[in-house]
Amino acid sequence: MNRSLRPLLATVVIFAIAYAAAVMQFPALFSTRVLGNFLTDNAFLGIAAVGMTVVIISGGIDLSVGAVIGFTGVLVAVLVTWLGVHPLLAFAIAFVVAAAFGAAMGLVIHYLEVPAFIVTLAGMFLARGGASVITQDSVPIDHPFYKMITSLYFRLPGGGRLTFLGLTMIAVFIIGAILVHRTRFGSYVYALGGNTTSASLMGVPVARTTILIYMLSSVLACLAGIVFSLYTSAGYPLAAVGVELDAIGAVVIGGTLLTGGYGFVFGTFVGVMLLGLVQTYIIFDGTLSSWWTKIVIGFLLFLFIVLQRLVFAASAQGDKAPGRA
Amino acid sequence: MNRMALRNVVNTQTVALVGVLLLNWVLFPGFFRIEWQDGRLFGSLIDVLNRGAPVAILAIGMTPVIATKGVDLSVGAVMAMAGAVAASLVVAGYPAWIAVSGALALGLACGIWNGILVALLDIQPIIATLVLMVAGRGIAQLVTEGSIVTFSDPTLVFIGTGSFLGFPMPVVIAFALMVLVTLAVRKTAIGLFIEAVGVNRSAATLAGIRSRLLLIVVYSISGLCAATAGIIVAGDIRGADANNAGLWLELDAILAAVIGGASLLGGRFSIPMSVVGALIIQAMNTGILVSGFPPEFNLVVKAGMITLILMIQSPLAGHILGWFGRGKRGAAR
Repeated sequence: MNRSLRPLLATVVIFAIAYAAAVMQFPALFSTRVLGNFLTDNAFLGIAAVGMTVVIISGGIDLSVGAVIGFTGVLVAVLVTWLGVHPLLAFAIAFVVAAAFGAAMGLVIHYLEVPAFIVTLAGMFLARGGASVITQDSVPIDHPFYKMITSLYFRLPGGGRLTFLGLTMIAVFIIGAILVHRTRFGSYVYALGGNTTSASLMGVPVARTTILIYMLSSVLACLAGIVFSLYTSAGYPLAAVGVELDAIGAVVIGGTLLTGGYGFVFGTFVGVMLLGLVQTYIIFDGTLSSWWTKIVIGFLLFLFIVLQRLVFAASAQGDKAPGRA
Repeated sequence: MNRMALRNVVNTQTVALVGVLLLNWVLFPGFFRIEWQDGRLFGSLIDVLNRGAPVAILAIGMTPVIATKGVDLSVGAVMAMAGAVAASLVVAGYPAWIAVSGALALGLACGIWNGILVALLDIQPIIATLVLMVAGRGIAQLVTEGSIVTFSDPTLVFIGTGSFLGFPMPVVIAFALMVLVTLAVRKTAIGLFIEAVGVNRSAATLAGIRSRLLLIVVYSISGLCAATAGIIVAGDIRGADANNAGLWLELDAILAAVIGGASLLGGRFSIPMSVVGALIIQAMNTGILVSGFPPEFNLVVKAGMITLILMIQSPLAGHILGWFGRGKRGAAR
């Protein structure tokens, strides 16, 4: 029991050490302002990463996340700016579209027995292409409702702002954690990730669960797209390219196994914060070029997967075969 | 063997390629016109071959990797790194052969790194190669110091834009690689070993296959192919663009292999068919361009095509065909 928490503990310890080291160099990093901005700047990534965590625990992968974020942004922007629809109604339409999109991917993955990697790759092309077909340009959103939401925040002691977007991400993480760790659906997800055949023999509704998992991922990606459009006040078909990789990175750094059947939603939160810390540190430093971000994130990924291997080699006797990816 | 040879000429992939080409011809009547000018061939068909060559080369390396139940996401980043290294070396005054060897050595090193992560540390291929995919582009930008390094070295430019026997150089290189790798895997037992490891690695190891060495070799070939494609792309634009060289081409290469009939679950592959897959993708790209459709439709058409191919290849379609008693389920497997 304790042993299974080790990767999570390692992530938390490494984040604490990295943050402490960064604060030693730049004391200004230790302020509620920076922490508040951490949450706001990474809100869309965090929300998408919750969905990705669920998908990865179930042994799958969702490459369409970034494209769904971009598509949602364009859809909402076009509905609000060109057609004059109220943002709330536009959000509802976007959620319905995303849910149908995710359900379709889940259906194909389950009934056609195609690897999730290829299906969600096709989904990524479809969503990105669909967004580009609607418009090529960035569509601005200028609506009083948007101004109202982006100006909502709690003032933290020390001048920081806990914005509505940051709070949304925290709420999604809490709901996601309850869903995965405390509900029947959550235990089905773990069962699928462990072994689909035995899960099905034990009476897990595999078809329904698979479809729900990909619906959840797409709906959360849609929410992330809405948050992103609130954050940038625009919809752009090429927005959030490659966010799926950041989300997968955050999930892996957070201690979730890509083979499925093992992981924590809270770990993903720490992973997102760690990615945010790397970016903020590089901005604070000023002399380091932005491409160091990628190198450091790659190194962190490497560090964590090796760490996981060592922990699991020490604890597990029967190695899991490489799962479907 | 004879039956195999027959099935290799007429099958889903070649029929699809001919279909796409005919569709292009309907949309753009001059599609099949090929001219001989300045000692080389010109025409839309040659253009499809030429533009499809980098993805075809990536697919040649990717296919054996996929056949071992793996995937190599780092090939796009390796392309960017190889281009950056080759360009920086010639700009620094080294002769072209050193630049090319340097870039190939880098590709080999990247492949060995991926192979070690997969074979020795037992890390899932998709995540092991994700490390290099994320970090590689950063390293490429480090090499070029964030700018696009331009060069005019005749040898490198020849690799990207020259011609040999009338055919563009990238096509010649891709064809040579295809023949070389196909012979290597099909005229020796290596192909069988690769499929055995892909179907069941433990069983293959117990049967006496040195699966770790084999995996490292397979990923090294993929790295070498990616570096070759990187040199070609850099030579083509006479510069190394660390940001955009090979961007998302890993997805096209995987797609080419899947269209070519390789199973992502390992154990089945055909290198010539993967090359045909790469050509199908390029023929669609070119078709959308020459027929005057906006290029944004490209991704949507691609998504539709993947879905179609997946449905044809899926076990469910095999069952349905089986009910009608016409299709062979073995063909869909």
